[in-house]
Amino acid sequence: MERILDVKNLEIDFKTYAGTVHAIRDVDFHLNKGETLAIVGESGSGKSVTVRTLMGLLASNAKIVGGSVDFEGKDIVQMSEKELTHLRGNDIAMIFQDPMTSLDPTMTIGKQVAEPLRLHTKISEKAALAEAVRVLELVGITNAKARLKDYPHQFSGGQRQRIVIAIAIINNPKILIADEPTTALDVTIQAQILELLKEVQEKIDTSIIFITHDLGVVAGIADRVAVMYAGKIIEYGQVDEIFYNAQHPYTWGLLEAMPTLETKSDRLYAIPGTPPNLINPPAGDAFAARNEFALAIDLQQEPPFFQVSPTHAAATWLLDPQAPKVTLPPEIQRRHQIWEEKFANKGVNA
Amino acid sequence: MSEPEVLLSIRNLVQTFNPGKRNEVKAIQDISFDIYKGETLGLVGESGSGKTTTGRSLIRLYQPTSGEIMYAGNDIAKLKHGSKAMLDFRRKVQMIFQDPYASLDPRMKVQDIIAEGIDVHHLAKSEQDREQQVQALLEEVGLNASHATRYPHEFSGGQRQRIGIARALAVQPEFIIADEPISALDVSIQAQVVNLLKDIQDRQGLTYLFIAHDLSMVKYISDRIAVMHYGRLVELASADEVYNHPLHPYTQSLLSAIPVPDPSLERHRKPIAYSAAEAEDDGKQRDLVEVYPGHFVFASEDEVAGYQNAAKESHGTQSVSQEQ
Ligand SMILES: Nc1ncnc2c1ncn2[C@@H]1O[C@H](COP(=O)(O)OP(=O)(O)OP(=O)(O)O)[C@@H](O)[C@H]1O
Ligand SMILES: Nc1ncnc2c1ncn2[C@@H]1O[C@H](COP(=O)(O)OP(=O)(O)OP(=O)(O)O)[C@@H](O)[C@H]1O
Ligand SMILES: [Mg+2]
Ligand SMILES: [Mg+2]
Repeated sequence: MERILDVKNLEIDFKTYAGTVHAIRDVDFHLNKGETLAIVGESGSGKSVTVRTLMGLLASNAKIVGGSVDFEGKDIVQMSEKELTHLRGNDIAMIFQDPMTSLDPTMTIGKQVAEPLRLHTKISEKAALAEAVRVLELVGITNAKARLKDYPHQFSGGQRQRIVIAIAIINNPKILIADEPTTALDVTIQAQILELLKEVQEKIDTSIIFITHDLGVVAGIADRVAVMYAGKIIEYGQVDEIFYNAQHPYTWGLLEAMPTLETKSDRLYAIPGTPPNLINPPAGDAFAARNEFALAIDLQQEPPFFQVSPTHAAATWLLDPQAPKVTLPPEIQRRHQIWEEKFANKGVNA
Repeated sequence: MSEPEVLLSIRNLVQTFNPGKRNEVKAIQDISFDIYKGETLGLVGESGSGKTTTGRSLIRLYQPTSGEIMYAGNDIAKLKHGSKAMLDFRRKVQMIFQDPYASLDPRMKVQDIIAEGIDVHHLAKSEQDREQQVQALLEEVGLNASHATRYPHEFSGGQRQRIGIARALAVQPEFIIADEPISALDVSIQAQVVNLLKDIQDRQGLTYLFIAHDLSMVKYISDRIAVMHYGRLVELASADEVYNHPLHPYTQSLLSAIPVPDPSLERHRKPIAYSAAEAEDDGKQRDLVEVYPGHFVFASEDEVAGYQNAAKESHGTQSVSQEQ
């Protein structure tokens, strides 16, 4: 499997009034060519900061303390502003968490969609607009030619998000980063946009990093999943490995907290406690204080990654050969049983 | 059970933006419903269907084009600006806004954002009391004390949303309109916030209008659910009814579009398409009609019998459909 992106030991701090926030603490992952990698995890765990780094778009109070991001033999972390502009225009495009603020309210849709082409290629205005129509139709804006002169507020929320996607894909990026692109949309439009992303992925053979809180969406769109907690990736694997054979107690908590339409009980399961303060991250496993399965060692020493399969690993001491066996929560037992029946011993196609 | 007490009563509410102009939008096209004291009414539906506009009309951010909104027996259109009754209404009815980016003043520290209402309504006995209330609120929504002195841009999307929730809770309201309060949060914090909203409801007898598109969470938190499409209510019933016996084709389509956190099932899920041309826009006169006890559907006269039969049939096969 060919890697298109390789992130190594990334560490990012933010200076704030209250102190230095260690937002990203030694993050390692890679993106395979043509795949969709979903990043899930606690709000505030560093998903947006991580992907913003891939585009050289960090806030002014951010500091990359260490690490590298290898893209086609070059380290994005070391790139000059000029190289980054080229990268953003041609290779890596991003759909932001907040669709409303990523369109310019004073500029027509035609201009905005054609802009990346105008900036990064030598195409004429007329040809650029023709291309804008093609892409707008690709993302499902009907009657696109007639609407080129319309402004963002004349479109519905779902349409605006489609326009944002059109801008992101017009230059056929090699990597498309989607940071909660459907959070503000209803399920019907969400389904259309996910379908659209899949189509686009096939048509232009792009690799996708997809951030979302909706595990249903992850189940439908991801090839692989990385789970983040407190500035670290704590588990990663193929989508079936994460949904049916999760090993980290934080991943268990996420899967348990998801109500299904069948959920009847009076209270939802929520992971107890609050996320750690990233100004003074705790010693050992940052999740230990909230982890009912925590071992003594969790409070002292950070767990390394234990490999579960060639594609699946989790950073939890529970996987240490010396760890006691624990009784899994019922929902996780149910999922592991599906794993035993459907996937175990059959090998997952890596 | 005693007869439920009506807290809000909405009658023939119409909200048209830019009426008569080229860019006229009929955001709400004549809706009527009640919200009972102590209940949670879920409001779901397509993006652009008028959910936020409904919420904003209820707190009088908009002057309705026509129709009537009664809160605890009083017509809210008649509240005078600056009057004691108005100030009271502004405290009792709070809205948690959909957009956590736009709804927090970027120049204010979090502690002052949260305490704004406490100050306006004089709810703190002393500076120290104010500080304690802010800290308790921060903890209640899953943030910590060190966050109090930060500015909104220093937070992640989900963290900002929780600041908005803390701000609404700060003034001890009676009725909260929560406009997609949890869609920006991770599932565990969603669960935490939903449990929190339920706890506060139990403790203080709060009433909620809960706007959302995450249907599994709405089902879980709501007593009744109203389904909106294109400025109209197309279905209104108890949460169980709506989910287990959906009648209107839009509701059926909406439910079929929910992704499930199960990759094997997700690979085979087939959403049902919906065509408004047949169920709404064919020129027939339609109203919300009770076709089964407590279950209302947007129907024309000649559709009522069909819906009544569908409801009976659906209930007849209930045990089968629940087992799947
Ligand atoms: N400009 C900034 N200054 C200070 N701290 C910041 C800044 N931007 C982000 N942070 C902090 O960095 C951490 C990671 O934030 P990030 O936005 O990546 O979270 P996230 O995982 O995307 O969360 P969400 O799911 O809520 O969007 C958070 O604790 C946040 O408060
Ligand atoms: N201030 C306004 N001026 C003109 N049109 C408006 C205004 N506010 C809303 N609209 C329009 O009214 C309709 C209903 O919008 P509303 O925001 O209530 O939808 P919603 O159901 O909350 O959608 P979403 O799920 O996307 O938040 C939309 O067509 C919208 O474009
Ligand atoms: Mg984010
Ligand atoms: Mg809305």
